[in-house]
Amino acid sequence: MDAKDILGLPKTPLSITQEKKSRPQKDSQRKPDGISREVYALTGGVAPLMPSIDVSQLKRRPPSDEKITWQWLPFTSSARKDNLQLYHWARDYSFAKYNKSVDVIRYTDEEYEKHLTDPKWTKEETDQLFDLCERFDLRFIIIADRFPTPRTVEELKDRYYSVSRTILVARAPSPGEVAGHPLVKEPYNVTQEIERKRALSMVLSQTKHQERKDAEVLAEAKRIAESRMAARAAEEPDLPIASDIGPESAERAVGPGDTISPSNVQVPAPAAAPSTSLRVYLRTYALEQMVQAASSSAGLRTIKRVEQTLQDLEVNLKPKVPTKAVCAEHLELRKEILTLLNLQKQLQYKEAEGSSFRDGSYGDMPGSAKRSQRAADQDRTFVLDTISFGVIPGDRGVKREQKRKGPGRASETSSSPAGAHKRPRKMKASDL
Amino acid sequence: MPQTVTEAQVVDGGSASKPQRIIKLGKTTDDSDKKSANRRVKDVELCVPIVYGTIAFYLGRKASESQSHKWTVYVRGATNEDLGAVIKHVVFQLHPSFNNPTRVVESPPFELSECGWGEFEIGISLFFHSDVCDKKLDLFHFLKLYPEDESGPQSTKKPVVMESYNEIVFPEPSECFFARVQNHPAIHVPRLPAGFSLPAPAPVENMNDRGRGDTKDHPLSQWFMNFSEADELLKLASARQQVQAHIVKLRRELSVTDGMLQPLKPASSYECI
Repeated sequence: MDAKDILGLPKTPLSITQEKKSRPQKDSQRKPDGISREVYALTGGVAPLMPSIDVSQLKRRPPSDEKITWQWLPFTSSARKDNLQLYHWARDYSFAKYNKSVDVIRYTDEEYEKHLTDPKWTKEETDQLFDLCERFDLRFIIIADRFPTPRTVEELKDRYYSVSRTILVARAPSPGEVAGHPLVKEPYNVTQEIERKRALSMVLSQTKHQERKDAEVLAEAKRIAESRMAARAAEEPDLPIASDIGPESAERAVGPGDTISPSNVQVPAPAAAPSTSLRVYLRTYALEQMVQAASSSAGLRTIKRVEQTLQDLEVNLKPKVPTKAVCAEHLELRKEILTLLNLQKQLQYKEAEGSSFRDGSYGDMPGSAKRSQRAADQDRTFVLDTISFGVIPGDRGVKREQKRKGPGRASETSSSPAGAHKRPRKMKASDL
Repeated sequence: MPQTVTEAQVVDGGSASKPQRIIKLGKTTDDSDKKSANRRVKDVELCVPIVYGTIAFYLGRKASESQSHKWTVYVRGATNEDLGAVIKHVVFQLHPSFNNPTRVVESPPFELSECGWGEFEIGISLFFHSDVCDKKLDLFHFLKLYPEDESGPQSTKKPVVMESYNEIVFPEPSECFFARVQNHPAIHVPRLPAGFSLPAPAPVENMNDRGRGDTKDHPLSQWFMNFSEADELLKLASARQQVQAHIVKLRRELSVTDGMLQPLKPASSYECI
């Protein structure tokens, strides 16, 4: 449909031919009618109208952030036999910035004689240590591995850090200046480190059993701590007040029949406990909680049926005037409805059991028709005042009434499951 | 004249052998007041019935685009008594489009009036006196401006009223609170167990220095709804009766079916009632 068609305007002859040409092309490009766009796309469909990636953009590199420096460097060619040295511009080695190393402090021999002698270390060993440290950038695991004499990692670390520290302090013009240096501020503590690593390895090597036990103990401790915190928080406002009456309460504590010790009066634990466990609440909230608790065993469908029953009985799902008495009655009513629904279900099951004993009774037309009607009735228990809870049999051709007139009429009952063609009577409201 | 503390005998309810609290106090002193704030009255719960909600008037000719209704949100005692003895202040949380959407009302009657055009949920937080409860209680109420039946123009005379009834329950109230409100009309004190002797009730203080805090003669009181538990109780009782009757029926039917599933002699299967 063209806008010009709608408006009734004449089309120019040129535009008509153009439309004719472009339309078949466009039609072959467009998706066929009859199936949705998404379904057609599943088959491969029509090519996208716009390319999603600009191919020319692919080869471009992202603009680099770092400064690129060039150096005028000499070079030689291995292909030449004469040692001609030419020069050219060469870019900086871009990975040069990653070549970091540690500043290992080297001491002079005099410094060693003056400050660094140690009974447990020879100068030779110390020299070797520092060589390795510089070579391996303080990777002590490697250093320990390569060290000529057997030394633990902690010992090596200890020697290195204490030597460095001493040198720093000795070289510094005043102690205050190096006080901020990390080597000076935090000395290496050998025993602590050994202990820490031992503890770590213990934790790492714990069995699952131990892990669980630890978790339990921690949870328990947390609970105790929290309850203590809560008690203390509740006591907090009481404490400043209690302290006023300290001396007097001490007097009273001596009085007869008083079992409270002075310390207890200061920290009234019995008084604090209720304030944490019993909170002020709204009655509707309490009712909701109790309703939930009562229907916790029921499925969603059952809960819906309870609510439907309440509505049929013209009872508000949430009481409009939730006083103590009303809430109590409401809760009891809900519980009773649950019982009722459970009994109905039981009855249905029993019927199903009973009818499975019968042979060839399912094809009975009148029976099945009434069964479905009764099922519908049972879903809405209180539709009519007289309810018929029928025990549904599958027997043949028995005339059954839905509603009974006249009390006390015993219906035909069958003698036994097999070969029975009558059903027991149904209980009616009028029977009671 | 303050009484010395040693004359007062207080047996703490904490000792297991004495289930009841027997409190004999003379004139209460400040000290013993503070002391009694720590202690709680066991096996007693106080109940404060309240009604909270909104009343909205259409402004008619005075209405503008942004202010078409004038409404009041409030918390009142269910029998219109002064709630000031229980509630210290109320915080109404309005829609953020209002200036200073957090409004604090320091004294009863706990209400707030505003003009606006939109319906939204109002948060109502009740803060109690220190001897009552140290935690706030939150309520929510949806402000309704437009009446259910949209037939015809809105009346400026008849407001849209939405009220909810509820009860605040204070289990094991502090002695101080209990003594204070024993004879207060806003608070429902249950029938106390036998042998319970109460402290001499303190005179009902008017904690609201601005005048009366009750809503008995409130300008909007003609619109207040009446909440009677009698109707609801009646409905509930009748419903319970019906349900109980059906339960009995079903139980009987079940026992009949149980009998049915076992093979029976013809004669004995008859049940005549």
